[in-house]
Amino acid sequence: MGWFEPKTEKSAVPPAKAIWAICPKCNSHFSKAQWKKNDSICPKCNYHGRLSARERIARMADEGSFEELSPEISYSDHLKFRDAAGDYRSKVEAAMKKTGEKESVVTGRCTIGGFKSVLGVMDFSFMGGSLGTGAGEKITVAAETALAERRALIIFSASGGARMHEGILSLMQMAKTSAAIQRLKAAGLPFISVLTDPTTGGVSASYAMLGDVNITEPRALIGFAGRRVIENTIRQKLPEDFQSAEYLLKHGFIDRVVARSEMKGFIVKLLDLFGVSK
Amino acid sequence: MNAMDKVKIARDPRRPHFNEFAKFVCDDFEELHGDRLVNDDRGLVGGVAKIGDFRCVVLGHNKGATVEENMASNFGMACPDGYRKAMRLASLAERFHMPVVTFVDTPGAYPGREAEERGQAEAIAKSLEFFSALKTPVVVVVTGEGGSGGALAIAVGDKILMLENAVYSVISPEGCAGILWRDGSKAPEAAEALKITATDLLALGAIDEVVPEPKGGAHKNVKSACLKIKRAVIAKLKELTKLPVEELVQKRYDKFVAMGRFN
Repeated sequence: MGWFEPKTEKSAVPPAKAIWAICPKCNSHFSKAQWKKNDSICPKCNYHGRLSARERIARMADEGSFEELSPEISYSDHLKFRDAAGDYRSKVEAAMKKTGEKESVVTGRCTIGGFKSVLGVMDFSFMGGSLGTGAGEKITVAAETALAERRALIIFSASGGARMHEGILSLMQMAKTSAAIQRLKAAGLPFISVLTDPTTGGVSASYAMLGDVNITEPRALIGFAGRRVIENTIRQKLPEDFQSAEYLLKHGFIDRVVARSEMKGFIVKLLDLFGVSK
Repeated sequence: MNAMDKVKIARDPRRPHFNEFAKFVCDDFEELHGDRLVNDDRGLVGGVAKIGDFRCVVLGHNKGATVEENMASNFGMACPDGYRKAMRLASLAERFHMPVVTFVDTPGAYPGREAEERGQAEAIAKSLEFFSALKTPVVVVVTGEGGSGGALAIAVGDKILMLENAVYSVISPEGCAGILWRDGSKAPEAAEALKITATDLLALGAIDEVVPEPKGGAHKNVKSACLKIKRAVIAKLKELTKLPVEELVQKRYDKFVAMGRFN
């Protein structure tokens, strides 16, 4: 460190984030306890905040029914990738430590309202929910398992897109997962995709948009290209609700915006109507 | 030559683009327009053609040689309408038992307001799903820039060829440098780390064959470059059209599922 670099003073006052839950959509402050009590939903603007994979699984799978698939699958550092901040390996291992997960998605067999299902849930806190070879493989195995055992497939997405640290093979996971889901759908089994906040880039441009039914939660961000990239390209301001759940509903890419408290009930209804076996 | 040098060659405006492939790889190309929904995208074009003895549907990103041409075709960045047109034309190929040949050369899918409103993500996703199960041979040639999802949307095929100086990547080196190095000028470092050259991708199993270019690059001798592509494409078509269609589609599935398979 050079002597000329300004020292960052450690503040005696903890940063606002330590005490407050701040809604990223409307910027309102709540106590963490209040935020948690409201199921990570903003009491003011109804933004449905992020949940961990395990929190979602607990809300969706029938109690005691979840049986994890391919829990051993993790990342692959086939490029021996290094950037300015260090190597990929240490970054992904830090994510593993932080979340207690081995990859950005958790998958498993379960019943949902008694209906035979395979459930996959992405965790945005694991490297931005990025799609690398491990996550792509887990989703493919989930789709193949659902097909082999005649189960419905339900995936909750939350991702910034492909994981660039794994290069071209990350990109190929978009093709791989889409191919596996094509087969499931062609065999007459339903795929229900729930796009939660945020679902963008290579994940929205592959399996997340391929649901027989596409569902989202209030105020979730869903899109392909980033807002800033678009603003720089077209050199004009975009509408405030651009790429929001409600905006996509209006433009015809989402079937329903469903509140968290209603989510399981709605999915159970769909599984019943689509004739999934118990 | 390092990875960034290849990126520069891959983006060279003098390189052959779709117009040249239509003229010199195809024997007889007739363009067909429109997605039958809202638009005729100019960033991604296609039509019917003969390549040697093969009747084909040909698709490709449409980069231009001049600024005017590029303004008209969004620099080869396709909108959802382009991907939907590609699927429409590829369906014709399936019905009339013609193989599909695609030419991939794009900085990426077009990032714009209308592209998002018309479902850029959905169009790419649908395209991946559609080509993975298309019941006719698909030969892909990455000829310049294989820019992420916008490239992959027409690059799910049975054989993936790549020109010697082309690049194919999950993100542009500049984009990657901006995010991971927080400095766009570190693009050469990012290009190296991402492994985006034809030889790297062959080693990773993402492509099947490298097509050599004339000395100094394809732009030094456009016709000769196109003839080399033509020969390589015909060889693959000969191979693929011999396979029963169920076996072809199964092999395509196995090929993509094997990418990043964990045992």
